[in-house]
Amino acid sequence: MSIPAPAPAPAPGHGPLLEIRDLTVLFTVPGGVARAVDGIDLTVGEGETVGLVGESGCGKSVTALAVLRLVEPPGHIAHGSSVRLEGRDLLALGAKEIRAVRGNHVALVFQEPLSALDPVLKIGDQVAEAIRAHEHVSRGTAHWRAVEMLTAVGIPDAARHAAAYPHQLSGGMRQRALIAMALACHPKLLLADEPTTALDVTIQAEILELLDSLQQRLGMAVLLITHNLGIVAERTHRVYVMYAGQIVEEAPTEELFARPSHPYTEGLMGAVPSLDERKDRLQAVPGQVPPATAWPPGCRFHPRCPFKWSKCEREMPELLAVGPGHRARCWLVQEPQRRAR
Amino acid sequence: MRGEGVTPAPLVEVRDLVTHFARRAGLLGTRKETVQAVNGVSLDVARRETLGLVGESGCGKTTLGRTILRLVERTSGTVRFDGEDVFALGPEALRRMRRRMQIIFQDPYASLNPRMSIGHAVREGIEVHRLAAGREAERRVTALLEEVGLSADAAQRYPHEFSGGQRQRAGIARALAVEPEFIVCDEPVSALDVSVQAQVLNLLADLQARRGLSYLFISHDLAVIRHIAPRVAVMYLGRIVEEGPSGPIYTRALHPYTQALLSAVPVPDPKTKRQRILLSGEPPSAVHPPAGCPFHPRCAHPLKDETCRTTRPELRELETGHRVACHKAEA
Repeated sequence: MSIPAPAPAPAPGHGPLLEIRDLTVLFTVPGGVARAVDGIDLTVGEGETVGLVGESGCGKSVTALAVLRLVEPPGHIAHGSSVRLEGRDLLALGAKEIRAVRGNHVALVFQEPLSALDPVLKIGDQVAEAIRAHEHVSRGTAHWRAVEMLTAVGIPDAARHAAAYPHQLSGGMRQRALIAMALACHPKLLLADEPTTALDVTIQAEILELLDSLQQRLGMAVLLITHNLGIVAERTHRVYVMYAGQIVEEAPTEELFARPSHPYTEGLMGAVPSLDERKDRLQAVPGQVPPATAWPPGCRFHPRCPFKWSKCEREMPELLAVGPGHRARCWLVQEPQRRAR
Repeated sequence: MRGEGVTPAPLVEVRDLVTHFARRAGLLGTRKETVQAVNGVSLDVARRETLGLVGESGCGKTTLGRTILRLVERTSGTVRFDGEDVFALGPEALRRMRRRMQIIFQDPYASLNPRMSIGHAVREGIEVHRLAAGREAERRVTALLEEVGLSADAAQRYPHEFSGGQRQRAGIARALAVEPEFIVCDEPVSALDVSVQAQVLNLLADLQARRGLSYLFISHDLAVIRHIAPRVAVMYLGRIVEEGPSGPIYTRALHPYTQALLSAVPVPDPKTKRQRILLSGEPPSAVHPPAGCPFHPRCAHPLKDETCRTTRPELRELETGHRVACHKAEA
């Protein structure tokens, strides 16, 4: 088996695996400067699965890219941002050092495997290349390990499929190959950005089960970025909800679903149709996400919020404590009586 | 006629519909192969009804929708719209028929010309079908935009100036402009964010109630189908494998494929743990569908046997209005 035993448990009490503090990512665009990610704090513990939820344009994917310093111009990570992996500041690393972090310690899997795979290289060679980029092994050994990895991610007849080009595989197979590549060097943290969004629901279930079992075997932590609340509910320990470049709510997963405290979180939950019962009407969130060049003043959600009052239009709330590990960026936390309308 | 007693004739009647098409395959594109996209489908859509059509990618649901509208030619079988054989119509009669049947796409760009203002796009159908002209056409465009929740000044703007949700509203306004009775909604909310998806689903429900529309609502999203359609057909590899009222289908599906599909949907409630039925393998290709039951290579039914491998199951009515194409299914 090519998948190694879990890494030895870290010394207790040495802080989170990933610690993001005040991360801001700016994009210079014709209309001005877009604060795509605007001062977010986020942590992922060893072996933990953390959800990062939000709709398109909220900044969740840019956050993942920023962790690996893959934000490309016209975007850049603002001064004062900090991203620490096991205490080491990734934003201070040189080009060579950050390359060593990618893959060796942190891997990235995203939605469209076709764009992440090289179309003119055989799948097996791509996985072998990923192995050789991070470890000094012979070509032969790398190829043999690649076939083992492809088997481990559930690709049937892996020796034969290793010789296939990406376009010859189905979407599910390609995503498995990408996961094999990402995990080739057993990272401690996997950033999974909508890893199953492009896949059919039955394939999605298989891929998520696969990630779960690999995670348990490898003792890997996962930052799971998704818009799908069902996936969040089933697969994560803790959740951050993002809106307009900010974290608007964070909580342990069960707590978030039991007591959503930001009107945006509630809105998302009300907007999803249920499999079990037919609601007469979905509770839609009115309006749409504002553009990143023009976040509204005050609370960024206020133009769409059913509870807003004058304070919300003027003052941006901090993340306010709702309960243990549960915070929401909403004035209602301080003035809950305003909920009764 | 199925069902009990005298029911009014359905608006859309599809019988034994088959759509195959040829495509080039192989490295040089020299080999030809036949994709059996729709492989013998019968279904009805009643007036004012929404029939949900659910299935995974490649099952043929989109081709089925397009064949019903005759945007794609059929290989065999019939489609009747309000009693008229859609495939027997000449060009002029077909053009008149087209006014009564419309389609909304997943990507509204498919129906909106990027160089044409929204107002122009909506107005086009009205003029082509000579429903109104001049000031009256103008007035109708404004009313339509308002009806779908766009402001009147949207008429002067172009598709790229809109968000995905607004563009879908514009696509809906364009479809409504010719006053259709039947609309094929092909994954109309799949590309939208959940908060906006809910707005568009609510809009489609309102329009149906107000205008008495019939929908064939195609989606891969089982929760969306549950929400919008009182009756559901499940498609697998070119065939309907289960069909019936959504209550029974969602609470006790009888086809092993429907059961697996439903079990795979992640549920937004951390306290429920579903028993997941994982399917082995991926859907076989529509170029070489398996003999017997199309689902048998992936089926985990404990009673699966030789019959499943050799004989194709027909749809059988096991409960009122609930039909299942499985040799082993029991009510």
